[in-house]
Amino acid sequence: MSTQPSQSATLFSPALAARFNKLVTLYPVKRSALVPMLLYAQDEIGYLSDPVIAEVAERIGISELEVRNVISYYSMLRTKPAGKYHVQVCTNISCMLRGGNEILDHCKKKLGVPNKGVTADGLFSLEEVECIGACSWAPAAQVNYDFHENLTPDSIDKVLADYRAKAAK
Amino acid sequence: MATLTTHPDCVTVVSYRFGKGAAEIERYIQLGGYESARKALALGPDGIISEMKASNLRGRGGAGFPTGLKWSFVPKQSTKPKYVLVNGDESEPGTCKDRLIFEQDPHSVIEGTIIAALSVQAKMGFIYLRGEYRYLLQIAERAVAQAYTKGFLGKNIFGSGTDFDIVTQTGAGAYEVGEESALMESLEGKRGIPRIRPPFPAVVGLYGGPTIINNAETIATVPHIFRIGGAEYAKLGTERNGGTRLFCLSGHVERPGVYELPMGYNLKKMIYEVGGGIPNGKKLKAVVPGGASTPALTADEIDIGMDFDQVGKAGSMLGSGGVVVLDETTCMVEFALRTMKFYAHESCGWCIPCREGTDWLKKSLTRLHEGGAVDKDIDNIRYLAENMLGRTFCPLGDAAAMPTIAFVQKFRKEFEDHLEGRGCPYHRAPEPEPALV
Repeated sequence: MSTQPSQSATLFSPALAARFNKLVTLYPVKRSALVPMLLYAQDEIGYLSDPVIAEVAERIGISELEVRNVISYYSMLRTKPAGKYHVQVCTNISCMLRGGNEILDHCKKKLGVPNKGVTADGLFSLEEVECIGACSWAPAAQVNYDFHENLTPDSIDKVLADYRAKAAK
Repeated sequence: MATLTTHPDCVTVVSYRFGKGAAEIERYIQLGGYESARKALALGPDGIISEMKASNLRGRGGAGFPTGLKWSFVPKQSTKPKYVLVNGDESEPGTCKDRLIFEQDPHSVIEGTIIAALSVQAKMGFIYLRGEYRYLLQIAERAVAQAYTKGFLGKNIFGSGTDFDIVTQTGAGAYEVGEESALMESLEGKRGIPRIRPPFPAVVGLYGGPTIINNAETIATVPHIFRIGGAEYAKLGTERNGGTRLFCLSGHVERPGVYELPMGYNLKKMIYEVGGGIPNGKKLKAVVPGGASTPALTADEIDIGMDFDQVGKAGSMLGSGGVVVLDETTCMVEFALRTMKFYAHESCGWCIPCREGTDWLKKSLTRLHEGGAVDKDIDNIRYLAENMLGRTFCPLGDAAAMPTIAFVQKFRKEFEDHLEGRGCPYHRAPEPEPALV
C-alpha cells in the first residue's frame, strides 16, 4: 500500500482531500472508492487531468493505467475540460417523442457549438446525452447536476440566460 | 422536484409518505417509519422471508424475480461477509420512478435495506445511485446520517445486538452498470463488465460474498409490506404479482407522470383514463410497455393487465415500469434507430454479439432511415438481432435485440416504405450543424 499524499502535495481542496481520506476507509477494499473519487475530483478540478489521475491512482494504490481504464468506461468522466456549465440534452425515446431533438438543435444554434462543443468563452459546453431519468417530464436537460424539465425552446433560452447571468455576478 | 401524479384509480403503498416531508427522519418516524424494521427484527430471518414470499413482491428492476425467493437463496452459513446492494442506477429509457423514491422517501430505502440485511444477517449494505442523480445522493447521505444518529444504523441497531452499516455512492454514467453483475464490478472500482453466472450473486456476489441485489423500488416497497402485512400487500395485485408499482407514463399522452397503480392494471385504461389519452386527437400507434428494452405492443395489443405474466403472454415484458406511448405520427424506423443508438452507445463491448450487433444494427437502421437500404436489409436487421439473443453474459444484448425484432415484425410496412431511396416519410429536414466557433 502506498502512503497517502501529504496535505501540501494534494491537488484538491482541504475539504475534498479529507473526504477522500475517509472515502477509502468506507469499503472492504480501497479500490471501491475509485469511481466516486473520480467524479468528485472532476467536479472540483473540471476534468480528469494527468496530475489528477496520478494522485487518484496513488491514493487508491493502483496504477495510472488502471485508473484510465476505468475512466474510459464511464460516460460522465472526461479527460478534457468542459464549459463551466455543461448542458446535457436528452434525446432518448421519451424526450425524442416530445421534442428533445428540437431542444438540442436550438441549443446548438443558441450556443453556436456542435454536440460536444465548448463555447469560446468557456462558459457553456453542449452534449447530447442518453436517458437522464426525466421521462415523465420530457423533454429534459441537465446543466451540471441540475435538472430542467418540460422544456420548450423558449424555456431553455431562459435556462441558458439564467446561467449566463449567474456567471456574470 | 420529481412529484407523483395522481388519479382516482391510484393506490398509495410505496407512495404512502410521498409529499409529506418524510425525507426528515422525525417526520418519517411520525408516519410509522422504522416500525417495520422493528417488526422484522422480532420475526427473525425465516419470518422475514416467509412474509416476503407471502407478499408476492417481484423485482421492480425488470426481470420480475420473486424477491422473497431471491433472498432465500443466500446461504445461512458463509465464511465470507454477506452484503445487501441497492440498485438505484436507474437508466432504462422511459423510467424515472427512483427519483421520486429517493427525493421524497429516502428512509424507506434505508429501512428496506435494513430488513433485507436482517433476513440474511448481512452486516453491510450499499446504496448505488446513478451518477446523474447527484442531488439524490445528497438526500440519501443526509438520511443515512440521520439513521446513524438515531441508532438505526451502526453498532447495535435498535438495541438488538446486531450491527449494520450503509454506504451510499453514485456511478458515473453507464447504463450497463444497472445490470447486477456489472453493478458489483463498478462498486469494486472497476469497469462495469458483466460476470458470468452461475454462480449467482446470492452465493458469490460483491467482494465474493453472498449478496442480495435489488432494485431501489423493490427495497423501498419492503417496509410497506411489513407495515400492511405480506398477504394484504399481495391482495392489491394479481395472482403471483403482488402489490402495486410505480408506472412512469411518458411520450404522447395528455398527462405524463409517475403513477402508483395496482399490479395488473389495464394498459388501455392507463393510457386513456389515467394518462388522459393521446394529445391533439391523434391515434395510438404503439406502446413500449416496460422501458426501451421491452418489445413494443401495437394499438390492438394493449387491452391487457400490466403484470409480469400478462405482459409476458402478450409477447413483451413488464420491465421497469416505463410506459412509453407513441402516436400515429411517430416513425417506427426512427424510433428503432434511436433505441439502437442507445444500446450501441451503452454496450460495454465485453461480448462480441452485443458489441458488434448493436453497432451493425445502428448502421443498418441509419441507412434504412436515410433511404439507402434495399429490401434484403430488413430481413438482415431481423436476422442480426435474432442472432444476438441469448449469446451474451448479460441481458444488454437481448435488450437491444428484442425490441428490434418486434419493430420489424409488427411495423414491417413502415420499414418497407423507407426503401428504394424514398427515405423517411415522417422525417423533418435535418438541421445543419452550426460552424465551429
